[in-house]
Amino acid sequence: MEINQTNRNQQRATKLYKKRSALEDVWRQLRRNKGAIIGLILIVVIILVAILSPILLDYDKDVIGQHIKQRLKPPSADHWFGTDELGRDIFSRVIYGARYSLAVGVVAVFVALAIGITLGAAAGYIGGKFENVVMRICDIFSSIPSVLMAIAVVSALGKSTFNLMLAVGIASTAPFIRVARAAVLVVHDEEYVEAARAIGMPDWKIIWVHILPNCLSQIIVQATLRVGSAIIAAAQLSFLGLGVPAPAPEWGSMLSAGRQYIRDYSYMTLFPGLAIMLTVLSLNMLGDGIRDALDPKLKR
Amino acid sequence: MTNQEANDLILDIKNLKVRYETQDGIVRAVNGIDLTLRKKRTLGLVGETGAGKTTTALAIMRLVPDPPGIVECDKLEISGQDILSLPENKLEHVRGNDISMIFQDPMTALNPVFTVGDQIAESLEIHEHLSSKDAKERAGDMLELVGIPRERANEYPHQFSGGMKQRVVIAIALACNPQLLLADEPTTALDVTIQAQVLELMNELKEKYDTSMIMITHDLGCVAEVCDEVAVMYAGRIVEEGTLEDVFNRTLHPYTEGLFNSLPNIKDRKAKLKPIKGLMPDPTNLPVGCSFAPRCNYVSDACLKAQPQLRSISQTHRVACTAYDNPEFHIERRIL
Amino acid sequence: MSETLLDVRNLKKYFKTSRGLLHAVDDISFSLDHNKTLGLVGESGCGKTTTGRAVLRLIEPTSGEILFEGKDICKLSKNDMRKQRKDMQIIFQDPFSSLDPKKTINQIISEPISENKIIRDKRKREDRVLELMETVGLAERLINTYPHELDGGRRQRIGIARALAMEPKLIVCDEPVSALDVSIQAQILNLLKELQEKMGLTYIFITHDLSVVNHFSDEIMIMYLGQIVEKAPTEELFTNPIHPYTKALLSAIPVPSLLEKRQRISLKGEITSPINLPNECRFAPRCYECVDHCRIGIPPLLEVNPGHFVACFEHV
Repeated sequence: MEINQTNRNQQRATKLYKKRSALEDVWRQLRRNKGAIIGLILIVVIILVAILSPILLDYDKDVIGQHIKQRLKPPSADHWFGTDELGRDIFSRVIYGARYSLAVGVVAVFVALAIGITLGAAAGYIGGKFENVVMRICDIFSSIPSVLMAIAVVSALGKSTFNLMLAVGIASTAPFIRVARAAVLVVHDEEYVEAARAIGMPDWKIIWVHILPNCLSQIIVQATLRVGSAIIAAAQLSFLGLGVPAPAPEWGSMLSAGRQYIRDYSYMTLFPGLAIMLTVLSLNMLGDGIRDALDPKLKR
Repeated sequence: MTNQEANDLILDIKNLKVRYETQDGIVRAVNGIDLTLRKKRTLGLVGETGAGKTTTALAIMRLVPDPPGIVECDKLEISGQDILSLPENKLEHVRGNDISMIFQDPMTALNPVFTVGDQIAESLEIHEHLSSKDAKERAGDMLELVGIPRERANEYPHQFSGGMKQRVVIAIALACNPQLLLADEPTTALDVTIQAQVLELMNELKEKYDTSMIMITHDLGCVAEVCDEVAVMYAGRIVEEGTLEDVFNRTLHPYTEGLFNSLPNIKDRKAKLKPIKGLMPDPTNLPVGCSFAPRCNYVSDACLKAQPQLRSISQTHRVACTAYDNPEFHIERRIL
Repeated sequence: MSETLLDVRNLKKYFKTSRGLLHAVDDISFSLDHNKTLGLVGESGCGKTTTGRAVLRLIEPTSGEILFEGKDICKLSKNDMRKQRKDMQIIFQDPFSSLDPKKTINQIISEPISENKIIRDKRKREDRVLELMETVGLAERLINTYPHELDGGRRQRIGIARALAMEPKLIVCDEPVSALDVSIQAQILNLLKELQEKMGLTYIFITHDLSVVNHFSDEIMIMYLGQIVEKAPTEELFTNPIHPYTKALLSAIPVPSLLEKRQRISLKGEITSPINLPNECRFAPRCYECVDHCRIGIPPLLEVNPGHFVACFEHV
């Protein structure tokens, strides 16, 4: 015992026997899924583009600077995606637009996550009347088309990029409430939760320490998939003129602007449309891959 | 073996091997077992989790999932019919007709959206080509046979209790009067008093239908109730086999001894339990020598070098243990 | 050394269901001395698990008193109850669902210690975890593994270490070995027995397996549909069972021996529904000795021999 003790102090046992992280396992599973890897590469590229675009491009000159002489040029070596009705390079605008779309998507999902998990987890754990009220409100929310709801929120709060994020976020809260509640209900009856109560842990801490980490995988999957739909919702709002104000190059408003020229200059709508599709597609492929990697039933 | 005995053979397996190739390595679930079973006999296949009992049963039914499972076998015959070379459509005829299986969990073995009567009738319609009316009639008979009033044929599984469901499962398994019944832990999920009822029922039905049975279990008590012969499995091999009396009263293998010693003795409650030390070996990395050697109290150097082969001790009793090279060797166990 | 640790009086737990009131535990009283083991035996649905949970107030009892060292824990506030939990722990049946799959062994075992602020220093806490692991026979190298990497027996040892971490006085063992293999079962039973001797623990041992409880308990309480039908010291119960249900249970144990063929008492039917029970002996519908006056009311639990209680009209 003496010797053991000194050994222990030299090299802590916890350090000595390394943890094998759960993340590595998920990564190993994910790596074998081709679709997920393609999705992952695409989304990483899009994120990099979004981050690097202010360095590569001069916002005032390349993105919103108008060059009337160059207007409505088809794709060429100078302008890969052509130019729009104000002579702006569509390629630069699409690239810069990734910033808006991703930001709106991610922030909106975070808003939805924060509200959804809090309400959903509380509803699942507390149960009873509270659960009933939350879930009925959730039902009402899901029965209103999310774009309509977002329009209502934006109209009430005013038109700005932040309000757009908020609107899309609130409109996509309901599925998170459902997922969180369902996950909590499943975990709630596990014996380790009872064990935590038996050692005298308060309820809020049980939710935080034991229940949420075990629901996390489902929530991550849901979040990844929802970023895609949030991007679409944001684009729809911008298309309707309720989103990111002009002249910022949001993909949805670019579509909207290109609409009146679609007969003769279809590339004006083609490229922003493709950008939306590619982003959402890659997120969905990644999300599906993560779900498969996390689902223990599909292992082996 | 005389001709008469050969005709009596219901099941004949030679050198059955099953392995599962997973990304974590090759799991060697069954490592070369021979089994024979004669008409009207009941064999108890005893062992702990991971001993390869269920895999053996699945291999007999040709139901080992592939991938990842790979089955190798020199001979697999059911009443003289070679099962190994049969194509899938013929196999379906064999399953249910010649062999059927009772699973451990009656809750998952029944389909919740069909009535109990329909589920029994279904296999009759397929295998016996009965009209749907006749099949219904027979289904009712089968229910009565397992002690459920025939009026309940129109009820759904959730309206039955656990013991009742297991009776229904037994009725389905016996509906086509199979020659061989594989029962995988049929009473483990049930309460003691219900377990007693079900075991009694199985004994009765066996008599009535002349069915041979393999009963897979970890419960030596159940084996004593139903079986004529016993095969003890450890890490995918049979370590001891013989008649019920051979294995229970003239135990030879140290592992079998360990199993008996682990059980609380109902006669002497102060007796200290003598568990088998250690754990089952990792099936992806089995030792070169005897798989039980690391946990064995009688281990010697010879045990670690080579895999012991089954040797005959008497006409019916065989054991796979190197220690019996020494004619003086005996284990400590005395009969309870 | 034989002072009473736990005294349960008129404990009831009813659940409201859509079909009526479910009598899970219906007016049971018992007491348990220090350093003793009480075996709680019955079939599924007899209320033994609910009793175990209610005694720890993991399920709020409908009514009744639970005196732990003379103090009624049902009257404690939520906060005081949390502090009280140090002394009363539970070991679960299922070694797979009772451990949080996202936590390492170190985290699982140290949780009760840090939660109740017994040891604040992280290093000392880790030493205590290693000490506990040694006590229950877990190798030191496993400290950072996750439960899913281990087999059932080792997981059950983790559950035991977690229960021991706060040095409780009472441990409710809810079928602690029924999910384990025979050879592992014996290892765990021996461990529990050793720990009891070493640490002076008191056990409530819930099980359906009479041969295990025979080996393990000082006293046995047989439950049927939420009520105690017979309660006696183990020797007495096995040599002189009185209640027809006890007799049937004892005769139904499959004995792994060929030397004696016992006369089996076969019970008809299965346990009846615990919802909206009629006012008669609850075992009457399945009883092979049932007579008319068994249907006049619920038989009281009466003492027939010293320490031997039976609830049966016919035999008392």
